[in-house]
Amino acid sequence: MSMLHLVNKSPYENNNVSTASSTMRSDDVMLLIEDAVYAAVKGGKASTMLEGHKVSVLGPDLAARGIAEDKLASDVDVIDYAGFVDLVESNDKVQSWL
Amino acid sequence: MSSIEANGKTYETDEEGYLADLNTWDKDVAVVMAQIDDCELTENHWEVINFLREYYEEYQIAPAVRVLTKAIGKKLGKDKGNSKYLYELFPYGPAKQACKYAGLPKPTGCV
Amino acid sequence: MSDTKKFLYINRKAPYGTIYAWESLEVVLIGAAFEQDVSLAFMDDGVYQLMKGQDTSAIGMKNFSPTYAALGDYEITKIFVEKESLEERGLTLDDLQHLVWEDEDEDWAEKDSIRLVSRAELGDVMAEQDVLFNF
Repeated sequence: MSMLHLVNKSPYENNNVSTASSTMRSDDVMLLIEDAVYAAVKGGKASTMLEGHKVSVLGPDLAARGIAEDKLASDVDVIDYAGFVDLVESNDKVQSWL
Repeated sequence: MSSIEANGKTYETDEEGYLADLNTWDKDVAVVMAQIDDCELTENHWEVINFLREYYEEYQIAPAVRVLTKAIGKKLGKDKGNSKYLYELFPYGPAKQACKYAGLPKPTGCV
Repeated sequence: MSDTKKFLYINRKAPYGTIYAWESLEVVLIGAAFEQDVSLAFMDDGVYQLMKGQDTSAIGMKNFSPTYAALGDYEITKIFVEKESLEERGLTLDDLQHLVWEDEDEDWAEKDSIRLVSRAELGDVMAEQDVLFNF
């Protein structure tokens, strides 16, 4: 059983990234989209919440916000829209932290 | 949606005659838009129209008339950077009328 | 000019997740016609609005980040960026656009618009204002 945890709000605006990360089990994946991609910026306070988790970030949302890939915490995975679909397909459930 | 015909091509506009998509702009449609207002485009008009297109390309907005006047003065000389000169060229208001011919949306804050 | 008021627009939201950032920019540009003493402040997620290198082509939204560079033309020359907000987000001023204005009285010399301030200093700036707008 694995779950995809989908987050779309900035970690500096509410607790969704934090709640998702503390709810995640070992096989789960977190996908950061829209304003949640800011959580993956290296050196940002929120990036520590991602440590020890499998985390993917949506590339088009990073590009829109001017975040180059070299600004990211090292162990996050940048994916495109097709990769988003793959993640939905390969996990048993999707939990959207709205 | 309204539209304008120029040189056999159709250009979609909004109800005030501004182009719906600025990427469809070309010189032909500018000339026809001006003809509708009984205005014949001269080199002096084109200077302003081209300036506006460059400004939009760089900043993604049409400048307010005060900003336009100052910037024209800096680029084309003080004798052109004043509202008298610009209103003579574009009697319906330099920002509004010139932006229309340049294919840009109506300047932010214009009513 | 005794009726000139000091206006501060406080921007605290990220650019694309909500409409606030773009709405603020539009209000600033419209308000500039009233020739008041206008300053902008960017704090909390608002600092993200000024990130350089924004490219929205893959998300189908208008990239309005180039418009911040036009603020100098609108005689907006004081842009306060709050230091603590940058730091907690892992950012520095180098991650932001370099915004300038041209001083007509000094032969169009380019001057920096952005002023890095601490949260406490921003509080002082807020206290000096006549009107605060929040976005």
